Amino acid sequence: MIELIRNRVARRLVSRIVVAILCAAPLTVLASGGGSIMQHAGNDVSDVASLQRGARNFMNYCSGCHSAKYIRFSKMQEDLQLTEEQITENLMFAAKKTDELMEIAMPPADAARWFGQAPPDLTLVARSRGTDWVYSFLKSFYLDEEAMTGTNNLMLPNASMPAVLWELQGLQEATFRETTDDAGKPVSHFGDPAYFEHFEPVSAGTLSEEEFDQFVRDTVNFLDWAGTPEQLKRQRLGIWVIIFLVVFLIFAYLLKVEIWKDVK
Amino acid sequence: MSNASVNNESGLLAWIDARFPLSKMMREHATEYYAGKNFNVWYVFGVLAMVVLIMQLLTGIFLTMSYKPSATDAFASVEYIMRDVEWGWLIRYLHSTGASAFFIVVYLHMFRAMLYGSYKKPRELLWLIGMLIYLALMAEGFFGYLLPWGQMSYWGAQVIISLFGALPVVGDPLVEWIRGDYNISDITLNRFFALHVIAVPLALVMLVVMHILALHETGSNNPDGIEIKENKGPDGIPVDGIAFHPYYTSKDLVAIIVFLILFSAVVFFAPEMGGYFLEHANFEPANSLKTPEHIAPVWYFTPFYAILRAVPSKLGGVLLMGGAIFVLFLLPWIDRSKVKSIRYRGWGYKLPLAVFAVSFVALGILGTLPAEGVYTLLARLFSFLYFAFFLYLYIYTGSEQGKPVPERLTYHG
Repeated sequence: MIELIRNRVARRLVSRIVVAILCAAPLTVLASGGGSIMQHAGNDVSDVASLQRGARNFMNYCSGCHSAKYIRFSKMQEDLQLTEEQITENLMFAAKKTDELMEIAMPPADAARWFGQAPPDLTLVARSRGTDWVYSFLKSFYLDEEAMTGTNNLMLPNASMPAVLWELQGLQEATFRETTDDAGKPVSHFGDPAYFEHFEPVSAGTLSEEEFDQFVRDTVNFLDWAGTPEQLKRQRLGIWVIIFLVVFLIFAYLLKVEIWKDVK
Repeated sequence: MSNASVNNESGLLAWIDARFPLSKMMREHATEYYAGKNFNVWYVFGVLAMVVLIMQLLTGIFLTMSYKPSATDAFASVEYIMRDVEWGWLIRYLHSTGASAFFIVVYLHMFRAMLYGSYKKPRELLWLIGMLIYLALMAEGFFGYLLPWGQMSYWGAQVIISLFGALPVVGDPLVEWIRGDYNISDITLNRFFALHVIAVPLALVMLVVMHILALHETGSNNPDGIEIKENKGPDGIPVDGIAFHPYYTSKDLVAIIVFLILFSAVVFFAPEMGGYFLEHANFEPANSLKTPEHIAPVWYFTPFYAILRAVPSKLGGVLLMGGAIFVLFLLPWIDRSKVKSIRYRGWGYKLPLAVFAVSFVALGILGTLPAEGVYTLLARLFSFLYFAFFLYLYIYTGSEQGKPVPERLTYHG
């Protein structure tokens, strides 16, 4: 009997380990990618005040060039707990009605001519790139004389986007590790994220470092909401769905046991 | 439950039965369909596949109501469903998660057949119909993946369609014929939509009906691989059989709820499943001028994609990949063992089967990774093991001596 139990326990243990490995194997391989230049956004989509600040940031600093054309202003008003007045007076610059989508006036063809490529729509950027990426991107502009805009970006080398937040953050330089070639001559790796060492502030911005981090975090938070506006509702509902199913499972199991009583 | 009692009934049921074999079908397929009483957890995946199929059909109908199959509107219409359609996000996540769930349960269902020899005589045709279902399912998944018109939709389809170009002579015209254009375009999207919502689902449903009819003709196999029909009681009912309804309906209900709990956990808490069920790059609209850095098909195709890339020549890769699927059709004739169930087969079967399963999973993981360096070597190794299994099986089972199979099912009530 003990033999049988032990055998069963052992079998279950093995099956569990197998399942765990099957699920985890691809993830560990993926996790080994990334790099040290990625910073953790640490945003919280349930923080409505942060979302409101993020919306303000987005409208003032991003929406001039970037659309968020799958979002309606009215949807933002509802989810971010704003009044219609707050929306129309503070956040809608070009749009007339609150049920309009967050589009931009800039024609894509002109935009492409001015910036090299049209600034992408940002509705889903937090889903396609990830919140950590967007957070790191917005913090990683550094001075580069060669670049058309005067700045370059560590996360997106040769980005055509200028450092629009420079007044807030202040300017910074980036240092990259140098190597020597076979002849002993130094080789520069300027701009190569693989050789990045650290940022060096050149001038102070209007915000302190902590304030700027929070500014970017709020903006990323807004983009996180923009990508998956249903996420909070979905998770709240999910808990109830699973509770219902677990209760249903208990009764279904009791029914099965009752019906199977006469099977010998 | 006997025929006499049914015939004596009056009222609506009798009226129907005189015109349509409703009671007869209920008896044949549920209340008097006898299956071995010792089914274990491996025997729930067929029913789960049915549940997922129905869910895909229903959610699919609702998605079609708001989706626009056009290159200019498709991506935006999916986001419209996600944001502006009432409960649209739920319907879409049920459908996208359902696609992956379908393949998970079908792969486990197929592996069950390998564990207990369910494809062996007299169930060869059942297996072949099942394989056709699997092919239809792959086509359905492939066509459906283009519809959101994201970057991975576009480039994934580009890669897979271009495989046909490797065929000699007919290759290039064939690719053009499939796309209906010189590139993947609005025309391709429209025809894939038609195939995804009409042609393939129709074929799938018909094949599933055939699959169940074939199953009920031969009777279900069981974990002991014993034909319960060969040991009937004086009442003509297999002594080790129990009626599908109410015994297995009640048991399957438990399995369905457990499945739905796991399924809901994904739908409500991780619908992207870390980029495996919904790939991150697919949240960018299709752009024919911008190739993504890393193109990987959805996870359920990756085992075969890894085999394709393991071969240096494109044509060789395509043929080997086709062979990897085709060889499964031949399984009932490759496995010549008289014993069905793994319970009564030796390590000569158990160990290679384990190696085969590991190889399949490993190929699946490798297919998601870039084909370079050690990954390519591993993909070659596991591709070799995948095919070696079938060759070995054919040779080994020619003289396999199984353990003695008992007369009756093993059942610990």
